Amino acid sequence: MAHLTRRTADLLKPFSVALSSMRLLTTTSTTPITVETSLPFTGHKIDPPSRSVETTPQELMTFFRDMALMRRMEIAADSLYKAKLIRGFCHLYDGQEAVAVGMEAAITKKDCIITAYRDHCIFLGRGGTLLECFSELMGRKDGCSKGKGGSMHFYKKDSGFYGGHGIVGAQIPLGCGLAFAQKYSKDENVTFALYGDGAANQGQLFEALNMAALWDLPAILVCENNHYGMGTAEWRAAKSPAYYKRGDYVPGLKVDGMDVFAVKQACKFSKEHALKNGPIILEMDTYRYHGHSMSDPGSTYRTRDEISGVRQERDPIERIRKLVLSHDLATEKELKDIEKEVRKNVDEAIAQAKESPMPEPSELFTNVYVKGYGVEVRLLSYIYFIVRYSVCFDFFLLLSAKVTEDALYLNLLTCDRYMLFSSPVSGVVNICSFSCMPCLTVSMMDQGFC
Amino acid sequence: MAAVTQGLGATAALSSANSEKFQLTTRRSLSGRKGRFFIFESNGNPRSGLNRQINRTRQFFTNAVATKPDSAAASTLSKHGHELLLFEALREGLEEEMDRDPYVCVMGEDVGHYGGSYKVTKGLADKYGDLRVLDTPIAENSFTGMAIGAAMTGLRPVVEGMNMGFLLLAFNQISNNCGMLHYTSGGQFKIPVVIRGPGGVGRQLGAEHSQRLESYFQSIPGIQMVACSTPYNAKGLMKAAIRSENPVILFEHVLLYNLKERIPDEEYVLNLEEAEMVRPGEHITILTYSRMRYHVMQAAKTLVNKGYDPEVIDIRSLKPFDLYTIGNSVKKTHRVVIVEECMRTGGIGASLTASINENFHDYLDAPIVCLSSQDVPTPYAASLEEWTVVQPAQIVAAVEQLCQ
Repeated sequence: MAHLTRRTADLLKPFSVALSSMRLLTTTSTTPITVETSLPFTGHKIDPPSRSVETTPQELMTFFRDMALMRRMEIAADSLYKAKLIRGFCHLYDGQEAVAVGMEAAITKKDCIITAYRDHCIFLGRGGTLLECFSELMGRKDGCSKGKGGSMHFYKKDSGFYGGHGIVGAQIPLGCGLAFAQKYSKDENVTFALYGDGAANQGQLFEALNMAALWDLPAILVCENNHYGMGTAEWRAAKSPAYYKRGDYVPGLKVDGMDVFAVKQACKFSKEHALKNGPIILEMDTYRYHGHSMSDPGSTYRTRDEISGVRQERDPIERIRKLVLSHDLATEKELKDIEKEVRKNVDEAIAQAKESPMPEPSELFTNVYVKGYGVEVRLLSYIYFIVRYSVCFDFFLLLSAKVTEDALYLNLLTCDRYMLFSSPVSGVVNICSFSCMPCLTVSMMDQGFC
Repeated sequence: MAAVTQGLGATAALSSANSEKFQLTTRRSLSGRKGRFFIFESNGNPRSGLNRQINRTRQFFTNAVATKPDSAAASTLSKHGHELLLFEALREGLEEEMDRDPYVCVMGEDVGHYGGSYKVTKGLADKYGDLRVLDTPIAENSFTGMAIGAAMTGLRPVVEGMNMGFLLLAFNQISNNCGMLHYTSGGQFKIPVVIRGPGGVGRQLGAEHSQRLESYFQSIPGIQMVACSTPYNAKGLMKAAIRSENPVILFEHVLLYNLKERIPDEEYVLNLEEAEMVRPGEHITILTYSRMRYHVMQAAKTLVNKGYDPEVIDIRSLKPFDLYTIGNSVKKTHRVVIVEECMRTGGIGASLTASINENFHDYLDAPIVCLSSQDVPTPYAASLEEWTVVQPAQIVAAVEQLCQ
């Protein structure tokens, strides 16, 4: 476990008042504490970083709070799924929180993170709110992707979170593309492309690794090895489960993914490495308590003893709790209070998300294309055309209408039709100047659908 | 119901330079179809629509083909222009866009030092450097994915598939990421990527290198597809595709790269969703695109001699279809023949037939005839290969039968 280098707090134990005031000072203080990681790092073609990690009481408490929040959120999502408020696929991250939190602690929001479908906690770490999270899971308008993405498609562009991808392994070339853009713009940031032990057998990983190494892209490929690719254990899927060595000519580092300080140290180290020398692989040895997704009980391919064993010995939140208590930064009760507060926040967010409305029907057609696509197409709304309809269907009478631009837009694209009015209507219809053609290309929307 | 009032706004002549005057022979002509309107370019700058061709004069960089030193102050098509081959036109368009926007970059196999397997990117790597014109390893799935990831951050990559058939390896990236990310992120990410490359039946290249697979991509939501057929529209569509905020797949054809044409010196950008009127006519509408345009024009010569007056439209935009131009033509001629090189089953022609039937059923005097290439892998033997695609004789026969 962690070695303590500051023992002054112990001396003050009998003086409870003084102690509590001292503790209040220390929980927000930034005096450094040195912590040793649980295990040493193993390197492949690289000298691993040191086991001693600098941290502060404030950081420790932040870690505890963030991980407790993530844990609580995932458990709440479990209940919501069972209550059928979340449908489809729901992949939960509890057990793996240390990876998300440790990574965030080592980088800035200008660095990019891209991951696969187990993305709820990483989204939260990148600055997403609980409301956005739960709304998206329940398919509501206030979700981060307006309810149109779902559990596997969380994105937050302004803080460099690129998702959220459902197809195993497809995000790795995307991650190399992000790194390529960073190199192109010379902005001294890095990209963390996360994938799992299952995706580590995809060809596109090696293709992307080759390109990243060839062009010295600032890409850090992080294998979150939770030892099970859906229902298949890693030893049944991979001839060589040493994922950090698979880069061959790309250096790799094996990290205890349940120890938030090890993760933080490794990420900091890799960021420096990637900016100077190009790609590096990190293998995070971690574990998920839930099954692969909510439709997987998680116990048909592993024993309950194994799960509870890991929970007892390696749980990331417990580790931080023990650290906090042994450094006397907070009492048991205070930690429990934090957890209660977190639970309250989560419950409030869920209640608020439940109130959030479903997306409008017209949202079906928005964001398929970017408005102003092509060079000269532009939706001109509220333009009044008066062309009288003739018996021969040559002309028709149109008035301007209030229909959402996007809906009309897409209607033209997907339905590829226009309808003629058979008589002058007293209503209003939007007119699209489609590729600067005369106004005759028009669509009548009936409640947003063609 | 008899009176006709003017349509205000939104009328324009086609921006296709070498098409003749677009004639709408409706029963009553819409007078005053000129109106004020604005064309908004994708960078948000409004332009008066009547001045569609010319932005400003440009000095071109010297390239392989000598250009006449014109001062292009004319507001109409310059009569001079310069002659070049289709691949050079593509290069010119690409080069102009790379000059204009530093975020435009090229990725593909052999595009850099080798200059491109069809010489479309020749000389660009020397000019812009190795990173901007990137030679990729042979890993279509990954470098297409890389281009899409880069586009998410704001770069505008142009991905060259050495042959469109190789894009099948990247289909997952194109369909799931390229097409869908704008939607699944709720509009947060734009993917302004251009995927281009040659396809179609060449000269005995074998089955795997003669694929006509526009059909595979047409149902992907979120992408646009265009097919170029002349140097003029190749350059214009290339520029439009690069400027578009949406992912665009630009289909070129292996056999059309050496077509020569005189194109204007002035800068011009074509519209991605617009069809081109190649030859106006009265009797029958022939819809085509890419290489089949030339077979159709060849057939048209024979047809004219026989007394028919076909209207030939190069649809250019494969997704979405320009139903406005097509519709007006159908309303005029009431007969449609579609001539395409795509596969018969589930091809572009099949979709177009369904579209026209849905929208213009009342105007058709006869069922639509769709001539597509055969549903076979392209054979190697020359005679068999010839009959895989539609030949002019077949087009003539189909038109004659339809016009009976």
